[in-house]
Amino acid sequence: MNILALETSTEYCSVALWRNGVVHARCELAGQKHSEMLMGMVDALLHEADCGLHEVDGIAFGKGPGSFTGVRIASGVAQGLALGLQREIVGVCTLLALAQASGKQRVLAVLDARMSELYLAAYELREGEWQESIAPCLCNAEHAPMLVGAGWHGVGSGFAVAGEALQTRYAGLLDSVDAGAVPQAAAVAALAVTEFAGGRALDAAQALPLYLRDKVALKTCER
Amino acid sequence: MALILGIESSCDETGIALYHTERGLLAHTLHSQIALHNEYGGVVPELASRDHVRHISPLIRAALSKANCTLPDIDAIAYTQGPGLGGALLVGASVANALAYALGIPTIPVHHLEGHLLSPLLSTPAPEFPFVALLVSGGHTQLMRVDSVGQYSLLGETLDDAAGEAFDKSAKLLGLDYPGGALLSRLAQRGTPGRIKLPRPMLHSGDFDFSFSGLKTAVLLAVQQNDTDEQTRADIAHAVQSAIVDVLASKALSALKHSGLKQLVVAGGVGANQQLRAQLNQAAQQRNFKVFYPDLEFCTDNGAMIAFAGAARLQHARRDYRFDIKPRWDLQQINHAS
Repeated sequence: MNILALETSTEYCSVALWRNGVVHARCELAGQKHSEMLMGMVDALLHEADCGLHEVDGIAFGKGPGSFTGVRIASGVAQGLALGLQREIVGVCTLLALAQASGKQRVLAVLDARMSELYLAAYELREGEWQESIAPCLCNAEHAPMLVGAGWHGVGSGFAVAGEALQTRYAGLLDSVDAGAVPQAAAVAALAVTEFAGGRALDAAQALPLYLRDKVALKTCER
Repeated sequence: MALILGIESSCDETGIALYHTERGLLAHTLHSQIALHNEYGGVVPELASRDHVRHISPLIRAALSKANCTLPDIDAIAYTQGPGLGGALLVGASVANALAYALGIPTIPVHHLEGHLLSPLLSTPAPEFPFVALLVSGGHTQLMRVDSVGQYSLLGETLDDAAGEAFDKSAKLLGLDYPGGALLSRLAQRGTPGRIKLPRPMLHSGDFDFSFSGLKTAVLLAVQQNDTDEQTRADIAHAVQSAIVDVLASKALSALKHSGLKQLVVAGGVGANQQLRAQLNQAAQQRNFKVFYPDLEFCTDNGAMIAFAGAARLQHARRDYRFDIKPRWDLQQINHAS
């Protein structure tokens, strides 16, 4: 099975190809240039892996949470590729992708959501499968949902912007922290493989972003 | 001979169409977000982008099915590259480029206003080059001289609000739902001509520029200084519509006279306004020129005009699949490119 994965939810732009167990990946600092770089990176990746476009069996994308524009670029490109190739899509949560890439068993993944808020989720690896301990949510550090048990590994940009507050909130529960990790397509691809194998892939039109922040404007009656 | 898929997503309409260079328009599908933004009193860019990404793939499939075509039949994909809302443009651009890449066909980035300018060519009878175009919508008010595809010269434009914006803002002051332009026109039908007087901004400025921002202050005063009964509201609505239409019609006629051309094309959402059409049609009879309007469904944003403009620019098709959008983009910058 060959799975092509896209991840553009942060200032990085990454693509990966899971090719029968071997992962080819590319990641570049894109700033806001994802739209100009993404397709070129896909093309270069397929070329490098010697994989024809029509050998791709499924499309995966980092569905968020993250930059709204970023996750929509990945969603749009995933939809376009899946429509054109007549393939299905798996959207992978960016917080889970962070957990997957961490190499740890108990992971608190936290991304900077701006406006003094965080995207946060916690996962535990049990018998090779990720279990959600805290479902992905939008919160601030002070009121973040509590973790059960100790020995957690903190990961993601949330620790760069709210490290102290998170350490206070989860005092004694965090063993280690990697604030520099970003969600990457290689982890998205690896997670998507299980979903494809389990028959949980979606139709192209259903490859939609996960925003978590839904209140983006005030209605006339709320002003 | 080519089949072009057109994708429009620059503001609050997701439009998809299939245009064939010999058989004409085969199908078009549209999803309007008016109801979504209504509660917010205006277009919320983030919500617009979210809605585009939900509807775009189903609309593409629906258009294909209507046209009895399949994806491999498509020869190129045209999409709106700008101007417009950045996030909204990116949705159309990302799907267009990825789909084209997957199908191994080129893309054609299209200027949204070129789509509007050329949209009357989708209707019969169609104008012939050269012509004067009055482009009036919620986002634009321009008079252009169109010599051919890609040869546009700006004669004049609004210095502040667009005419459609003036309609919508005045409607809001009259307590009408967003976007109230069309509702205002309906209300105006019952208005008494001449009872309320409003200024005709820049009517005698001697150029082809417009200004509508002062009008809303005058409307606000009229609303405050008069009763709020239904008839008075209708009278104010009538005065607003007459003021805007008078200026649009008068400047369009001056532009025709100045350019020496005998064809006027009216494009954009405000082009659907019946009083504007009536006034221009009357002038056309009296002064011996022809006026063309796109079919009503192509006045507002749509995919057909993008597919059509794409067909006219087939020689500019690209295969780099870099979707650099242009939220701000002067139409004259594409001159001499064809």
